[in-house]
Amino acid sequence: MELSRRETIAFGLGAVALSVMPFRVAASADDVIAGFTGGANVTDGGVTLTAPEIAENGNTVPIAVAAPGAVAIMVIATGNPESAVVTFNFGELAASQSAATRIRLAGTQDVVAIAKMADGSFGRATSVVKVTIGGCGG
Amino acid sequence: MASGVKPRVKVPKTAAAGSAITIKTLISHKMESGQRKDKEGTVIARSIINRFTCEFNGKSVIDITLEPAISSNPYFQFDATVPEAGDFVFTWYDDDGSVYDTRKSVAIG
Repeated sequence: MELSRRETIAFGLGAVALSVMPFRVAASADDVIAGFTGGANVTDGGVTLTAPEIAENGNTVPIAVAAPGAVAIMVIATGNPESAVVTFNFGELAASQSAATRIRLAGTQDVVAIAKMADGSFGRATSVVKVTIGGCGG
Repeated sequence: MASGVKPRVKVPKTAAAGSAITIKTLISHKMESGQRKDKEGTVIARSIINRFTCEFNGKSVIDITLEPAISSNPYFQFDATVPEAGDFVFTWYDDDGSVYDTRKSVAIG
């Protein structure tokens, strides 16, 4: 198989795009987390994230979060084109600091829940979800 | 996308004063993420519900910020305290400026 000049350039550009993409995605997830915490230290624990181990359909993945004593919980999908997923702000009549919803996942990735506690500290929980069919369309 | 949007909310009709109840909400909305492309390869513009709130007698229960990664027909389940008889007000805010709301009364009993 002989490569024309045009094809060679296309391959080169594709390779560059592939090598740049993972870094870009990871950076945006960190940015989103920093935007929520204001750069504060985040410790593991204090929040529970319930997500399936394997999701057949990435278009609708059921998740639940709970963090007793939290004022807000943010959910982040590190491998999505836009990593922010949802932010729950609990009001004074919330009976428990927990909520459940359904989210879209582009592929197998880490889902992170970050809870903002009433005293200003932050807790984190991470769960790996394997996705069979991605939920971003194409 | 203001057509065919129908909110559905499940709230118990009665509750004991000060007790916790579980609320489930669903609204039909396609939640176009802004990532998909049509047959010609042009990106379909984002059109989602970006905020949902639940209040009881004017006091906040939950205030949720939604991003495009929420599935179509957004579903939420959460717990609320009912201190007295009154009304729950549920409000959804669309990207296009539309606001959908519904209310449910709860009696003490």
